Amino acid sequence: MSDASRSFRPAPFWHPLVAGVALGLTLLLTFLVTGHGLGASGFFTRLAAAVSAWLAPGWTAANAYFGGFVAGGADPLPSWITWEAVGVVIGGLGGSLAARRFRPMVEAGPQGRGGGHGSGYGGASLGGRLAAAFAGGALVGFGGRLSLGCTSGLGLSGGATLAVAGFVFLIGFFLAGFAVSLILRKVRS
Amino acid sequence: MSLPLYDGGLAAGLLCGILFGYVLEGAGFGSPTKLTAQFELSDWSVFKVMFTAVIVAAFGLWLAQALGVLRPGGVFVPTLFFWATLGGGLLIGAGFALGGYCPGTSAVGLASGRGDALVFILGMVAGTVVFAALYPLLAGLVTAAAGPQGQTLSALLGLPDWLVIALLALVAAGGWRLGSRLERRLGGPVTAEQALAAEAGTPPPRPAARPHRPFAA
Repeated sequence: MSDASRSFRPAPFWHPLVAGVALGLTLLLTFLVTGHGLGASGFFTRLAAAVSAWLAPGWTAANAYFGGFVAGGADPLPSWITWEAVGVVIGGLGGSLAARRFRPMVEAGPQGRGGGHGSGYGGASLGGRLAAAFAGGALVGFGGRLSLGCTSGLGLSGGATLAVAGFVFLIGFFLAGFAVSLILRKVRS
Repeated sequence: MSLPLYDGGLAAGLLCGILFGYVLEGAGFGSPTKLTAQFELSDWSVFKVMFTAVIVAAFGLWLAQALGVLRPGGVFVPTLFFWATLGGGLLIGAGFALGGYCPGTSAVGLASGRGDALVFILGMVAGTVVFAALYPLLAGLVTAAAGPQGQTLSALLGLPDWLVIALLALVAAGGWRLGSRLERRLGGPVTAEQALAAEAGTPPPRPAARPHRPFAA
């Protein structure tokens, strides 16, 4: 292979042990600096409150859930979790650019399995993929508010503190993930 | 006893977030193809990376406390609200299998250029607004069947923290071995090349790139 074509190939993903130890140390650092772990759904809740306040300020202020975020005309966004989410985007962008894994595209993801195992990835229709992404996002947005945290906040950070809540969350997460994945593959084949 | 610093400022948030995003991207967790291959058992990276991280961080917290540099009870431990915690876990698992991301990984997917991650985020915002709209009906469920405040597995089982961490490490090692065996049987974990080639709206790449398996359908 020529040097020119090699330079366009993506760098391989990290070994899971390397990634796991690096993620564990990042999480430990976060606990020691802030007193709590990493999160993500908390930011999207604040984003949703901000979008809602922009589209329907009166309804948002009167809403029992969002009202507290916008009390007295407050902006829900300025918060530690927002700075962390901005950092996640910066870190993800820098990492993907440096490893030649940045690519503007719609990735097929779970909709890209033609005929089950071994058939390769990709091949989903654009509309089908985007509809599934929106529906999946809606379930995750709703679920994250129900459980007061997501895979990062409850699964990862709760798990690291040995919280019972973290492990109950993870059991639900993996059970439903396997079940829905199985159903999706049955429907397609 | 001087830790945690309880620094909730902009610089601390950016630093922790940048490291978090950089590691998730390196693990391949900006790719919904790789993330959801976990649930097809052909790529165990989600299990391996998550459990390794939980054990490393749990051991580090235990060590920092044993060395006397971390205040006992100094870090936040979430409380169990059985039905809401389990129900939220089920919904997030289902949404992850369908949509391809969870909240943190969708931010990494967006950062590595994925348009489907942006649509997933719009879905999350919509799902959150629906929750807020229905909140008066759900408020009872959210706090039902509450466990003791910040209860840990160690408290529940009456075991010391180090033993619970050691038991978790044993479970993780067993899962890791099983996962690696299934990965080998089912064609191996999703590579960066395969993730980048899995573009929606284009024909699937020829399976020739995958290992030869004479008995595959």
